[in-house]
Amino acid sequence: MQQLVLLGAEAIAQGALDAGISGVYAYPGTPSTEITEFIQRSRISTERGIHSQWSSNEKTAMESALGMSYAGKRALVCMKHVGLNVAADGFMNSSITGTGGGLIVAVADDPSMHSSQNEQDSRYYADFALLPVFEPSNQQEAYDMAFAAFEMSEKFHLPVMIRITTRLAHSRASVVTRKSVDQNSLKLPEDPRQFVLLPALARKRYKRLLSLQPELMLASENSVFNNLGSGTDHSLGIIACGIAYNYVLENFPAGIPFPVLKISQYPAPVEKVRELSETCKSILVLEEGYPLIENSLRGMLNNSAIPVHGRLDGAIPRDGELSPDIVAKALGLETKTGPDVPAFIASRPPSLCKGCGHIDTYNALIEALKPIGGGRTFSDIGCYTLGALAPFEAINSCVDMGASITMAKGAADAGLIPSVAVIGDSTFTHSGMTGLLDAVNENSPITVIISDNETTGMTGGQTSSAVGRLESICLGLGVSNEHLRLITPLKKNHEVNVAVISEELNYNGISVIISRRECIQTAVKHKKVSKS
Amino acid sequence: MKTDIILAGVGGQGILTIAAAIGFASLHENKYVKQSEVHGMSQRGGEVQSHLRISDKPIASDLIPLGNADLILSVEPMEALRYLPYLTENGWVVANSVPFENIPDYPSIERIKKEFDTLTNSIWIDAEELAKSCHSPKSSNIVMLGAASEYIGLGFDSLKAGIEQVFSRKGKNVVDDNIRALEAGRQFSLKL
Repeated sequence: MQQLVLLGAEAIAQGALDAGISGVYAYPGTPSTEITEFIQRSRISTERGIHSQWSSNEKTAMESALGMSYAGKRALVCMKHVGLNVAADGFMNSSITGTGGGLIVAVADDPSMHSSQNEQDSRYYADFALLPVFEPSNQQEAYDMAFAAFEMSEKFHLPVMIRITTRLAHSRASVVTRKSVDQNSLKLPEDPRQFVLLPALARKRYKRLLSLQPELMLASENSVFNNLGSGTDHSLGIIACGIAYNYVLENFPAGIPFPVLKISQYPAPVEKVRELSETCKSILVLEEGYPLIENSLRGMLNNSAIPVHGRLDGAIPRDGELSPDIVAKALGLETKTGPDVPAFIASRPPSLCKGCGHIDTYNALIEALKPIGGGRTFSDIGCYTLGALAPFEAINSCVDMGASITMAKGAADAGLIPSVAVIGDSTFTHSGMTGLLDAVNENSPITVIISDNETTGMTGGQTSSAVGRLESICLGLGVSNEHLRLITPLKKNHEVNVAVISEELNYNGISVIISRRECIQTAVKHKKVSKS
Repeated sequence: MKTDIILAGVGGQGILTIAAAIGFASLHENKYVKQSEVHGMSQRGGEVQSHLRISDKPIASDLIPLGNADLILSVEPMEALRYLPYLTENGWVVANSVPFENIPDYPSIERIKKEFDTLTNSIWIDAEELAKSCHSPKSSNIVMLGAASEYIGLGFDSLKAGIEQVFSRKGKNVVDDNIRALEAGRQFSLKL
């Protein structure tokens, strides 16, 4: 037993290590990245030979983790909320196959979209897949829940989700650890057909999943993480999910006058909700994310027995993360504020680093497109998405991992010729390769620029699956040698680079330009390492 | 006893190092601590903040409520003013006077200083100059920590211990450089 100061994300990692994982699988994505990075850095991980190398994307990560579970070992797979969309096929079906060794799917949601394209709530995915969820309210629970989730996973032979949000993922507090558990030994599933989802077999497995639902509910009703606190003032009952519970506590330092149901394990414990609602005159639901519980309490006809307040009636804003102030207002408490922000304070959006290769790539592309006209550049998820902002204003889309190439193809199919895709190296191997194959198969008149900084830059410079492989991948997918070009994005190469891009824009077929220069951030790190 | 601190700056300016030093110093005094920070996209030259809470009792929220910060410690002058709504009555604002200008509409430093001077409790310090003058040019963030050390609610020796813990990996010279920077910042404020 030890006291450590850990980020919420790191607490899950430490918990999983101590609970005897044999591997973690993940693709970097804010705010989930630190779970895997912590395991990669940890001494236990090296000593025990725990797998921790990055996967190419969340789907390959999910499936590898399921494979490890098939073999009887405990596995952890981590992703950000939109990463679960990529992993969804495997995730949904893993609830049907069930598991062997314990399997935790740790998903970090990003309400307020600090670093994301949407603020989808992963609890809906777990509900969709009929799987249990743990939602820690603090770092200690995040640690403890890794143990609880593995135990539950192995008891019911189901994957279990741990859902956190940005605030907990990136907030540090002290955590008391437990004695660590040994890894499981290799063990094949007792039923050799458990993981074979042929329709006839899948139907049986699905019935098994359905039959487990009452037991999952019972586990929630009896969970140490779901408590109903008594209060003296029954004019209001509060349901506080995950981190929202802290904001309630914060607002009542002398003790909470109202009965509070803290929910940190799902399916939501119906009997406890009933008990709360039967003894209170109205209910306030505080959820970090979408109004999942609030919606079901209200029902389609909005005719719940007592008034329900929350995100749907404006007591809480419909979007964005919670804060102690938002919760105070919903509770009708007075809030304070300091002096106003002076009007002249300018916002300081993130920007490409000084000396970044993406800058030179965009400058060359902008010039090459001048004679053809703009409005035809589809881009992707990464640092280079900042090319949308001034002074570049060089891209016209950023939708999901890999969408640059496929959207450019669709636009070219519609007659927007040429269309351009700008995608990073890591995003390309994550989800761009299959789209490129589509474009190759039809020789689509698009120019794909892979802005290759040889790392996964946006999330802090993790190893990119693409390093050393881009040319061979493109050639292997069928891009012709003649139209696979390599440029070095430097100021001094500007004219040459403009010429290369112009040539390929004027070619009426698929071409790929790899614009390669190491990320300025990782280059500095590498320099330091080689010096010392 | 509870201290709520907003640390402010621009991505890459080293506020997380300050946060780590205060965090270790708090544990040195067996206090509870919670510290939330910004990762990911916003780090790329954007505005960054960290909420740091220290208390004798368990801390509930990871975020500081508005109007509650006892101290805004900013390693950049304009960023100090961005978080004023968090400041409690009679709270302190300690800011580095050297601007980080990476946006076209950065206001004039005179305008920022004029606004800064309307605050009741504030310290305006050229941390870079001070860091140079004590031969620790890379430690302007730790100069800032020293300048604010009176308002953190922790003993100065604990802060020193915190610095040692943060930098010990990098060797004794780096620890000494930063202790000097911490002391220089503290002396500057004590003389005001």
